[in-house]
Amino acid sequence: MRVLSWVYLALAYAFVFLPVAVLVAFSFQDGRLPVPPFQGVTLDWYAKVLGDRDLMAALANSALVAVVSSLIALVLGFLAAHALARVRLPGSVLLRGVLIAPMTVSYLIIALGLLTLFNQTGVRLSLWTAAVGHVVINLPLCFAITYAAMGDHQKNAERAARDLGAPEWKVLVLVSAPMLAAPLAAAFFLSVTFSWDEFIIAFLLTRFDVTLPVEIWSMLRSGLSPATNAVGSLVFLVSVTLVVVLEVFVFRRVK
Amino acid sequence: MTLARSEKRLGWGLVAPALLWTGAFFVLPFLAMLALSFARMEGREVVQGFDPGNYIRIFTDWTMLKALINSLEITLVVTVVSVVLAYPLAAIIAFRVPARWQRLALLLAVLPFWTSYVVRSYAWLLVLGQNGVVNKALLGLGVIAEPLEIAATRTATVIGFVHFFVMLLTLTIYANLIQLSPNYARAAADLGAGRWAVFRHVILPLTLPGVVTGAFLTFVLCIGDYITPQILGGNAELTLPQLIMLQLGRSGNFPLASALSVVLMAVVTLAYFASSRWLRLDRV
Repeated sequence: MRVLSWVYLALAYAFVFLPVAVLVAFSFQDGRLPVPPFQGVTLDWYAKVLGDRDLMAALANSALVAVVSSLIALVLGFLAAHALARVRLPGSVLLRGVLIAPMTVSYLIIALGLLTLFNQTGVRLSLWTAAVGHVVINLPLCFAITYAAMGDHQKNAERAARDLGAPEWKVLVLVSAPMLAAPLAAAFFLSVTFSWDEFIIAFLLTRFDVTLPVEIWSMLRSGLSPATNAVGSLVFLVSVTLVVVLEVFVFRRVK
Repeated sequence: MTLARSEKRLGWGLVAPALLWTGAFFVLPFLAMLALSFARMEGREVVQGFDPGNYIRIFTDWTMLKALINSLEITLVVTVVSVVLAYPLAAIIAFRVPARWQRLALLLAVLPFWTSYVVRSYAWLLVLGQNGVVNKALLGLGVIAEPLEIAATRTATVIGFVHFFVMLLTLTIYANLIQLSPNYARAAADLGAGRWAVFRHVILPLTLPGVVTGAFLTFVLCIGDYITPQILGGNAELTLPQLIMLQLGRSGNFPLASALSVVLMAVVTLAYFASSRWLRLDRV
């Protein structure tokens, strides 16, 4: 039974890492196709990718959209969570439900709805229309994480600050936010990761300037190439770095 | 009294931005899409109105109905297989791996979870393709004489999906298992229950909410995904999201795409009500 567990664990790891290992290994392929046999190691594909102006522009766009949309989602989510955790509002269960609702809807539907709205109101598609969509998907996440983290401890400190005459914005900026630094950072980094990797909203809501996943998608259409492996490996590296930063600096402190 | 009232006003003020954003960019777009789903196309023009024609077409046109059935079949298979594979993995990490290594074991087990859909599906294409790693290895070992046709089939789509959702479910099920006090299992064992009985009557029921929540998330994300079936399944058979994208791209038929999306959302809503008894979305 015990041996069986370790065998299962090993097989599971093999299954989980198989595609990533193949992706990264063949990004170093010294040949034109990212499939066996392996013909030797080269960094040419990385050089090609890093020198590609479209790809680098897409990378910068992705980073910009991820950071801006996550910041907006974080601020909106935090303020709403702060209010709903403190003040008894009529229908607060319903309010929470509405704020969480986008989590249960497919990204494709959110994207198509926004596309319909933007078409009807004559809003031109750009990076910012995609950012609007990314705020919609990340706002519930930021709200839920910060809401779950608010406890009596913070409540008392905030009350003390108010009794001492602090206006509400000072309570928020100087007391609540610093006390919730870890969950706020967790919400922010998770949002950045989701926005960074998101495809369908970015695909439908951008036009000329696109994000990295959309650019990779168009690379795919011209067939298999180790260059795509190289970009994919770089994207994976960024996501993993974000997750490790989150694990080491944020989640450790939450506990 | 005045304090309570000013506090209330402040509360509304703080909720308002998030609520307005969700209203303007989630509720309103959905309503616009719903309205558009009752419009029809005349040539390349959209004619507004109240015409259920798109919905009638979805349920009478075999291509459309088949896409819905494909999506449901794939999603159900993926959900069941992923739960069955992820539960033992989460349990092994929670109960067999020493406590101080558990977070690392979990982090590693779900690391590829953080790659984008596009990259992950592309990577599976490299693994499963005609000249891919799997075929080359099996040919080399002499297990098969001809390369297997896995890419561009439903099998490839299912493998790609299962890979992702095993990781997601491992996370949610592990979170549930680790919260269980070992005393329940101990008490059951003291009362004479065997290992299987302890699992069947104590552990499984207690972790059911976590399993159902994970399964629901799997269902929602799987049935709405366009990338995985498009890259791995090819165009041999369509899923609902592929059909929606086809309507948008080739024919520019926004009303039909909207109606298909409403159907997709209705399916998800049904799944929500079917599982709502055990669902804990606020505790993912």
